[in-house]
Amino acid sequence: MLKLNNINKIFNESTADEKIALDRINLTLNVGDFVTVIGSNGAGKSTMLNMVSGALTPDFGQIYINGEEVTKLPEFKRSKLIGRVFQDPMSGTAPTMTIEENLAIAYSRNKKRSLKIGVDKQRKELFLHSLESLHLNLENRLNAKVGLLSGGERQALSLLMATFTKPSILLLDEHTAALDPSRAELITNLTEKLVKKDNLTTLMVTHNMQQALDLGNRLIMMDKGQIILEVGEEEKKHLTIEKLMQEFQRIRGQKLTSDRALLSS
Amino acid sequence: MFTAIFGSVEQGFIYALMALGVYLTFRVLDFPDLTVDGSFVTGAGTAAAMIVLGYHPAIATLVAIFAGFLAGCMTGILHTKGKINPLLSGILMMIALYSINLRIMGFTIENSVGRPNIPLMNEGTIFSQFFSWWGSLGIDDTINGFLTSLGIQYVPKTWGTLVIVAILIVIIKFIFDWFLKTEVGLAIRATGDNKKMIRSFSANTDTLVILGLGISNALVAFSGALIAQYTKAADIGLGIGMIVIGLASVIIGEAIFGTKTIVRTTIAVITGAIIYRIVLALALRVEFLDAGDMKLITAFIVIVALILPQFFEKRREKSRKAKRHALRESEVLALNRSKESENLA
Repeated sequence: MLKLNNINKIFNESTADEKIALDRINLTLNVGDFVTVIGSNGAGKSTMLNMVSGALTPDFGQIYINGEEVTKLPEFKRSKLIGRVFQDPMSGTAPTMTIEENLAIAYSRNKKRSLKIGVDKQRKELFLHSLESLHLNLENRLNAKVGLLSGGERQALSLLMATFTKPSILLLDEHTAALDPSRAELITNLTEKLVKKDNLTTLMVTHNMQQALDLGNRLIMMDKGQIILEVGEEEKKHLTIEKLMQEFQRIRGQKLTSDRALLSS
Repeated sequence: MFTAIFGSVEQGFIYALMALGVYLTFRVLDFPDLTVDGSFVTGAGTAAAMIVLGYHPAIATLVAIFAGFLAGCMTGILHTKGKINPLLSGILMMIALYSINLRIMGFTIENSVGRPNIPLMNEGTIFSQFFSWWGSLGIDDTINGFLTSLGIQYVPKTWGTLVIVAILIVIIKFIFDWFLKTEVGLAIRATGDNKKMIRSFSANTDTLVILGLGISNALVAFSGALIAQYTKAADIGLGIGMIVIGLASVIIGEAIFGTKTIVRTTIAVITGAIIYRIVLALALRVEFLDAGDMKLITAFIVIVALILPQFFEKRREKSRKAKRHALRESEVLALNRSKESENLA
């Protein structure tokens, strides 16, 4: 389904600010895999997600989606296959457009955009129906501008929009990090529900270790541009935050001091 | 007085096309496009040149619209593919169009390549062709006869121009509204709103920006082509400050009618264009003001249209606050009184 083969990326190459962002990343996601990605700031998690989405291209290495190489495919073409939710609730929606118009944009993701009316009667029914599943009462506000929604509501809508066309890959980039705890929980539950419903292949970056343990069937830990730990399905069921910490210490031979606060927050 | 205002309403309808174009770039695409000053003349010059060369006015107008579309696309390509800042892309295209427009108008004479103006005094235009049919209806006499019986002395020569431009702008407005609701239109609006988002929904923002600028300048050129036929002349200086006039129309309209929905905003923009013309006509009737002061008046109108809404908003906010505070105060006082009476009891 998704395969990263030997992905390498160096930022600011051959300058004083040179930074190895991704170092020989190999990762395979099978259909229906839900992989959570943890790691401290600058570990390369977001860079990896941007590689998959096409916002960045690797220096070398290949990316395959559904068996086809997409390494050089520009972002807007690749996003036919990829749903994405960003950290900032402002990023995933168009604020001056209405809820139904935003959904119409999501709806035509994997189709050619034509001169058909974006929100017709039939689609309205469909939008209404899927909004009801959010239980946020958004189905009664189809004509409200998205800019008027709260951060949590916008993120829920973003999530719905990202999964609307059942993409081959779903990318979640710390999508609950900007929300308060109760809203974050709501979005976390919603994520679980929507991913399960369509059995979506998902890659989720998070700073919240508990969330990384609760969600998904696999887990990877990144540090300094490398995947330093891969946890499979069986193993993950028995994993705790303490065990993860010890594991990190064992691999890197150093304590997670400053990172600990970040990771377990 | 009446004839002056009548003329400005007619012109307002024609300039409204240009204002819709400016609205599409400035507001919808969030792209401050200065190509307008050039593409307006491209429209006027192309239409005038082709009419003089003997083409049917309708075909001349269509080609003018297409020329404007190309000019807008060029600005879009400069910005998206050449990575040039939006303002600069527009300015570059505007200055390039100045020479191109001279050349376009130059097609009409043999002994020179460029030409700064084309009079259309004795040529047929879209309007004159419409009048020949309109005149046979006898509507003008009926309306004017009615008006004179009411005691109005100055009646317009014909109501035909007003009727044709009004019908035209209504049609264009409906197409414009419809377009912004299609899948492509939604994608263009999202491009102006949130590029990151629309890219993640598999839309090519470069193409959408180019298309949006093309359509915008097609409307501007359409407006220019009609103005040339309305005033019976095309001139290289016709477009100077056109972008400011467009902006003035958009801002005035939005300030008066609001921007709640697309349908309402386009009405606002069209009305804004007409109001601007009327204000200008009235200003020019002031004794010491001269036709040369027009640009100064335009600048002044825009400044007023930008500042006044802020001023009113502040005052409204103030009175709202005062009302709220007064309400709270009376509640607090009532509460205190009830407490006092309880204590006494």
